[in-house]
Amino acid sequence: MKYVDEFRNGQQAQEIAKKIAQLVEELGIDKKKPLQFMEVCGGHTHSIFRYGLAQFLPDEIEFIHGPGCPVCVLPMGVIDDCIAIAEKPNVIFTTFGDAMRVPGSQKSLLQAKAEGCDIRMVYSPLDALTLAKKNPDKEVVFFGLGFETTMPSTALTVQQAAKEQVNNFSLFCNHITIIPTIKAMLDSPDMRLDGFLGPGHVSMIIGTRPYEFIARDYQRPLVNAGFEPLDILQSVYMLVKQLVDKRCEVENQYKRLVPKEGNRAALQAIADVYELREFFEWRGLGSIDHSGVRIQPKYKQYDAELKFDLPKQKIADPDAAQCGEVVTGVIKPEQCKLFGKSCTPETPIGALMVSTEGACAAHYHYGRVEIPLANLGK
Amino acid sequence: MSIQQTKQKLLEQFDEQIITLAHGSGGKAMQKLIDQVILAFLGRPNTGPLEDQAILDLSNYPNHRVTMTTDSYVVTPLQFPGSGIGHLAITGTVNDLSVSGAIPLYLTCGLILEEGLPYKTLIQVLADMAESAQQANVSVVTGDTKVVERGSCDKLFINTSGIGVLKPDIDIRIPNIQVGDQVIINGDLGDHGVAILAARGELSLETTIHSDCQPLNNLVQTLLKHNIPIHAMRDVTRGGLATVLNEFAQGSNTGVLLQEQLLPIKNEVRGVCEVLGLDPLYLANEGKLVTIIAKEYAAQAVEIMSQHTNGQNSCIVGEIVAEHQGRVVMQSDFGGKRVVDMLVGEQLPRIC
Repeated sequence: MKYVDEFRNGQQAQEIAKKIAQLVEELGIDKKKPLQFMEVCGGHTHSIFRYGLAQFLPDEIEFIHGPGCPVCVLPMGVIDDCIAIAEKPNVIFTTFGDAMRVPGSQKSLLQAKAEGCDIRMVYSPLDALTLAKKNPDKEVVFFGLGFETTMPSTALTVQQAAKEQVNNFSLFCNHITIIPTIKAMLDSPDMRLDGFLGPGHVSMIIGTRPYEFIARDYQRPLVNAGFEPLDILQSVYMLVKQLVDKRCEVENQYKRLVPKEGNRAALQAIADVYELREFFEWRGLGSIDHSGVRIQPKYKQYDAELKFDLPKQKIADPDAAQCGEVVTGVIKPEQCKLFGKSCTPETPIGALMVSTEGACAAHYHYGRVEIPLANLGK
Repeated sequence: MSIQQTKQKLLEQFDEQIITLAHGSGGKAMQKLIDQVILAFLGRPNTGPLEDQAILDLSNYPNHRVTMTTDSYVVTPLQFPGSGIGHLAITGTVNDLSVSGAIPLYLTCGLILEEGLPYKTLIQVLADMAESAQQANVSVVTGDTKVVERGSCDKLFINTSGIGVLKPDIDIRIPNIQVGDQVIINGDLGDHGVAILAARGELSLETTIHSDCQPLNNLVQTLLKHNIPIHAMRDVTRGGLATVLNEFAQGSNTGVLLQEQLLPIKNEVRGVCEVLGLDPLYLANEGKLVTIIAKEYAAQAVEIMSQHTNGQNSCIVGEIVAEHQGRVVMQSDFGGKRVVDMLVGEQLPRIC
């Protein structure tokens, strides 16, 4: 398949791997203290496990799976709010498929659907708007989640609803924004990262400039990376090369999609529809200042938070799940006490086990060739 | 009259008519429906007035064992590129019988119709059933029709049960799987799943992919006639190849090592999977089987299958191994191995 197979060429992967190994040798890294690169985006996490990329890299390089799986970081309270909306009479609640299995404090959206709520999976927020137009006697609510990647399409949908005066449509906005999140990780005292693989799809929207503070103020290199296995390996090579050259820059490996300035139309829609929240609660990470957005007052009639009375309960993460430590790279997924035992993709306890882009679920699905079944509680 | 001619005639005759609760009441309306429509397509000729049961003569198959299976069909939409629920209702049950090595003979047909169903829809479905039954050389010998109130079922559900006969010396079962055996499939994977996804129309997705729905009894019997010793065999339906192979690995305490580069998957199917974040290994099929055959017979089996209309793109896709007990592992094109696990729930598309 064109434009895909070229980026999955195993031969070339071996060659890049060899070059990376040579560079690492030049650096003279202590194996006990390997280089730690964080892939911010869940899409990268998925590719890393799916293609077994760790097998291509020397022991001196370690991936730390960052917070960039928007489904995984949804707090339980938000799912409870979704269910509270869905349980109201006359509501059609619409969501992306991924969010269906995320556990709330009592149940998931999938369970609420089975109990009789009208919850529908859509592939685009515009489908939800179409549904609203077809069902004028129902309230159609779209559950907006994700980073800057999905933000523009939801923003455009709100603009479209306003333009067409579709007043039985509203957005439950739980979008999150990447830069404050990365900054919070950099400010965390446990942090000892050596570089970042930048989230390619988010960067397609915001461009590469917003990352420059990472190199300038925190002296960490960042390479914006594509999602195919060769993209990721090349990006790792570029990070190590910066370390060898004693450079610290923001570089762009994903030039075929990411312009330096981002996508102007998308950014305008984002600026028109959203404003920053004071803080936003993340599952596993706690509250991060300015990391979420809400709908601007001028679109308030499309804001589900204002349209519906929501419980807005803060639900603590389950004590035993060590999601926070996995996300910050303190432990690896299989080192969590619950991994593969009580926490599996069938019955996720921690958020990282929910979506296939979550580090734990990806590890569970693809990364277990060497782990005996007995150790997985099977 | 051919099936197509009967269909045309009935479509004209019943043009705009719909099914009502009276058609399930056991009275005249029901009798008319059965006589004029259902029996026009299904049933055995010249068996006299209908009784409450079919009596089957198996005297041509002395010493055979009888195999039996049942399946219900609730697919939506009822028609999709390349096939429809009527074809599925026959081939699905025929295939479940066939992969034991049995010769499928007789099927039942239970119809649950929603009040208000257009006659046209029912006629199309019955014609498809007749077509597949003819193709698979089986007879529908008994049936039942119920009509439920509007909203109590989604247009039309079908249950078919089937029986077949199995020669005494045939033993195709999971515990026969041996290390070294080859994993063979009879053609491209995932066509049915993609055809259904596209036909549902929720994705604004246009493809030229058709469902692979086909009966497999003839293909299996051809292999047996050539004395190919088959260790295990399944039809690959919901859950895809990954699910069947996981059941093989767990049931035989061996491992399955797949070779990604050998998997026959159309580019168009791969493309849809890339866009939606699906894995073709879990996509549904309706005319595919996976068979486990000792290494020394594998090449011959592939050759026989490839020459058959129902197996043109047959190939070896992997091997049974001693390592990875109870698991399916895939050697990827890219290098490295990954676990191919059982699916958890439905495959849900990723958001970004």
